[in-house]
Amino acid sequence: MIMDAKGLHYKALNKLIEDAINNSAKKIKITNVNGQRYIGGGIKGNVEIEIHGTPGDDLGSFMDGPTITVYNDAQDGIGNTMNSGKIIVHGDARDIVGHSMRGGKIFVNGDVGYRVGIHMKEYKENFPVIIAAGSAGDFLGEYMAGGRIVVLGMKDSDSEIVGDWIATGIHGGMIYIRGKVEEHKLGVAAKIAEFSQEDRKYLRNLLKEFCKTFGYNVKKILDAEFTKITPMTHRPYGKMYTE
Amino acid sequence: MCGLGGILNRRGKRISGKEIIAVANAMEPRYDGRGGGFAAYGIYPKYKDYFALHVFLDDEEARKKTEEYLKERVEIKKDEEVPTRNIKEIPRQHITWRYFVDAPEKFKEEDYIVETVMHINDCIEGAYVASSGKNMGVFKATGMPCNVARLFKVEDYKAYCWVSHGRFPTNTPGWWGGAHPFNILDWSVVHNGEISSYGTNRRYLETHGYKCRLLTDTEVVAYLFDLLVRKQGLSVETTAIALTPPFWKHIDRMPEEKRKIYAALRMTYAPAMLNGPFGIIVANRNMMIGLNDRIKLRPLIAAENGDFTYIASEEAAIREVCPKPEKIWAPKAGSPVIARLNEV
Repeated sequence: MIMDAKGLHYKALNKLIEDAINNSAKKIKITNVNGQRYIGGGIKGNVEIEIHGTPGDDLGSFMDGPTITVYNDAQDGIGNTMNSGKIIVHGDARDIVGHSMRGGKIFVNGDVGYRVGIHMKEYKENFPVIIAAGSAGDFLGEYMAGGRIVVLGMKDSDSEIVGDWIATGIHGGMIYIRGKVEEHKLGVAAKIAEFSQEDRKYLRNLLKEFCKTFGYNVKKILDAEFTKITPMTHRPYGKMYTE
Repeated sequence: MCGLGGILNRRGKRISGKEIIAVANAMEPRYDGRGGGFAAYGIYPKYKDYFALHVFLDDEEARKKTEEYLKERVEIKKDEEVPTRNIKEIPRQHITWRYFVDAPEKFKEEDYIVETVMHINDCIEGAYVASSGKNMGVFKATGMPCNVARLFKVEDYKAYCWVSHGRFPTNTPGWWGGAHPFNILDWSVVHNGEISSYGTNRRYLETHGYKCRLLTDTEVVAYLFDLLVRKQGLSVETTAIALTPPFWKHIDRMPEEKRKIYAALRMTYAPAMLNGPFGIIVANRNMMIGLNDRIKLRPLIAAENGDFTYIASEEAAIREVCPKPEKIWAPKAGSPVIARLNEV
């Protein structure tokens, strides 16, 4: 199914998508998207959406299952509180990628902005993953409570792979950065842990699907130094009311 | 939330207001209808050597008083009502009048005009100066940007630099004077977010003769640029360091010479530092500047295509008028994007 979003208000476009899914559409291609917000917001099931153009803020928010592919840049807040499914962005994504994400995957082939993965969390089989081929801005994994963030820094050798105040307030989950990270860039509550052979094995598995999506070689990516960032403790205020 | 837009043609080629209206309309969900506005540079070539004062007037009484005062202070070359059309979406709160004026002496004429503007805003009841630069003007009101554009016939003007704003006021009242852009001389500012340091900034500016009377935090940004760049002669780059300086932990890690300069700037201009979440676009007759707060709490995107530089709150707003820019990027927190006229 093909939709032309040219000149459509976001409410009209999202109504068209909702109606198509209710009529059992499994593949939806949307052309001339420019700035329409909340595309794929709250949709469920086995649906694939292809977006040609620049989707607006909060793409795939609260989404539960579908796959969205963007053949351009995405704006702020993709995968906001997403429950499951996948968002693939071939260009850059901006700030707060995966804000409060609870499950599913976000793959970005370009750079990502500030506060990526802010307060993402995991619970049992619900396990969110964000992988970016480019670099990330400040406050990566801020208040992170679960899941994995991987930043590969393969796009621009001049810019820093990751910004400052990494994982400020982290108390769950883990961040892998391809390259060296200096201690002074860590935020409060984060620490650098040893990157072991186990981690390398785990990462190889995690990266397989990402590499297949964008045509990278897993071995080549793994043939580098990685930094692993974890919480200092899972319960920073555990004894606050008992001591 | 608010939405910002800016277009500069670096060769000074003038383009229709339709372009900036399209940029503004692409960010419609960011506005709530309680403020919209445009700044346009290069619109009065016939009177380009005169300061163009756009003035909001409550009534005929306010107009008379303003005119009497202006006649004492300046030579009025021409004055007329700013052309408008009647639209049901925006009830008239004010008459908008424009005066093309000359200062009596060329020496420090800009200071003289600033004093004149401050006096009108402070002392003449029911009169507010919306803009006061040469060959430029601000058109703003309480309404959605698309309706403000219809009200003031913005599509009829041609400018080499356009700035737009749609407002979603959170802390201060929505009224015509409180709509953006804010202006003094040819400095115009549009702003998304809040200036939490407003109180400190305002006290600092008042010691330098500025009067903050527009009930909105953004006003201080226009006056800070006027004070630091025009009056004190700082470069725009240095001004950006003064307004959004690096954190001390970053200054401490700089090479000694650089560290000394940054530390001195930070201490000297402590009361000018802008804090709080913001994205701003600042323009004057020579340039357009985009700037974010120091920890990037608001969005801002910049793009270049040929002789054009674009800045907006959303990438889609730029792509609305320039679908495939040669370069498009998200500027870093606290680092200015500066596009200058005749720098191609």
